Amino acid sequence: MAKLILSMDGLVLKEIPLTKERTTIGRKPHNDIQIDNLAVSGEHAVIVTILNDSFLEDLGSTNGTVVNGNPVKKHFLQNNDVVELGKYKLKFVGDSAPAAAGEKADFEKTMVLRPSAMKAAQAAAGSGGGGAQAAVAQRAAAVQQAAASASAAGIADKDAKPAPAAAPAPAGAPAAAPARPAQPLGAIQLLSGGNAGKELELAKPLTTLGKPGVQVAVLTRRPQGYFITHVEGTNRPQVNGQQIGPAPHALKDHDVIELAGVKMEFFLKG
Amino acid sequence: MDLTQILEIATCTDPGMVRSHNEDSIAADAANGLVVLADGMGGYNAGEVASGMATTVIVTEMRQLLAGVRPHDVEQGSSEEVAARLVREQVLKANTSIYQAAQSQPQYAGMGTTLVVCLFYDNRVLVAHLGDSRLYMLRDGKFKQVTRDHSLLQEQIDSGIITAEQAKKAAHKNLVTRALGIDPTVEPEIHEYPTKPGDLYLLCSDGLCDMVEDEDIGMTLQALGGNLKLAAQQLVQMANDNGGRDNVSVILVRVLREYPGARGVMAKVFAWLK
Repeated sequence: MAKLILSMDGLVLKEIPLTKERTTIGRKPHNDIQIDNLAVSGEHAVIVTILNDSFLEDLGSTNGTVVNGNPVKKHFLQNNDVVELGKYKLKFVGDSAPAAAGEKADFEKTMVLRPSAMKAAQAAAGSGGGGAQAAVAQRAAAVQQAAASASAAGIADKDAKPAPAAAPAPAGAPAAAPARPAQPLGAIQLLSGGNAGKELELAKPLTTLGKPGVQVAVLTRRPQGYFITHVEGTNRPQVNGQQIGPAPHALKDHDVIELAGVKMEFFLKG
Repeated sequence: MDLTQILEIATCTDPGMVRSHNEDSIAADAANGLVVLADGMGGYNAGEVASGMATTVIVTEMRQLLAGVRPHDVEQGSSEEVAARLVREQVLKANTSIYQAAQSQPQYAGMGTTLVVCLFYDNRVLVAHLGDSRLYMLRDGKFKQVTRDHSLLQEQIDSGIITAEQAKKAAHKNLVTRALGIDPTVEPEIHEYPTKPGDLYLLCSDGLCDMVEDEDIGMTLQALGGNLKLAAQQLVQMANDNGGRDNVSVILVRVLREYPGARGVMAKVFAWLK
């Protein structure tokens, strides 16, 4: 949750979490943040918080509101913005989530798009007696319109950011192509059994080994490295002669795995 | 009919790597063949409240209602089976409960939830859904998506404005066009599909399918199908390894055997007369 840190002359006075949709700032006691100083107007400014975004608005104060040295009327608060009211400073600290994720969070939150725009268009198409094609075209137009207004609504507040249209792209991109950090490729080499000497690269996120119905284990490739997990069978696989537990077991270079009577060596390729 | 011996069910839910709390809610009632998954939305804790209400209302109501009826029966004067009617009515009931709570209590204003419900009966599965929580199916090694999202993105794909490929990079993945609890009334999309022994069904919130490629989900189910609990945990872990930006929930249901609904002699005669 975002918060404000009130300070004067570098001395922190208090922290105010932004829990309410409207947090008012002013000299009069009914304000959520009361600053008893003559340089501050009775109703000086308000911070409106919607989901993870906070907006600062000056309420026509006598001495104005300054953010990062610039006088503002309305401002979309960014992490570490400093709001100055006379001698007092309010530092805005955004959501505790990591900065990169926090910035994108509002694009991730599931929201309902009220389909009134679409319904209206559909109704128009229906009552107009237009052909199916017209209806489809209408619907397509409505969808496009809704998309435009949706993205406008989502981004309007982000005017301060350069190239708002480009901003959401990174939010979607990693999901589409999960960024797998560069990690050494692992492989196993069979040491016994009919296929002894055979090598198997572990390029996929998971590889199953063993005989279904007898004993099966899975090797998972994760950012932290490779893990072996028991899947089925009465006996669990052995790693370096030790039976593994029910939890995933981290594999180290040159570990020897024994599974369904076959020995194999796990190793990392450079 | 008790389906505990016929359906194997595993569930897993996790807040993910970024969110501080879990707005997803899941419920499973193996005896009645009912599984429910909801992904709530709304400020502060309202999302959890909405999804929790949805799963609780549907599971408790259905449990009582299913006790005295045969879901595959068709009632007199009705064109649909008892199962479809019951599911639709309970979804509407949940909608009303959430909507009224949202209207009457300011801290819940605007809350809502996506929903996917599966009811297994008579060698079939009835699926009702709203929003972008999904049902997938793995049958004979083929993995496919069963439900179609009620989302702006899906509408854009359907109307040809963007391709499925572009959709993966789209900004407004999160906009759903239908949800529970937003309007006084709602129309869940309901379909019915025949099941086969060996089928594996996956219900998931968008925290899984946004973070993990369908291909990888299918591969995981295929590889770990022998151990459903592990498969469910593995899916959640994959979403988290890829960033886990949203809550992740999965329900896995494996159909172990046939489960034809009991039919009386009279019912057979009526069916034959039709």
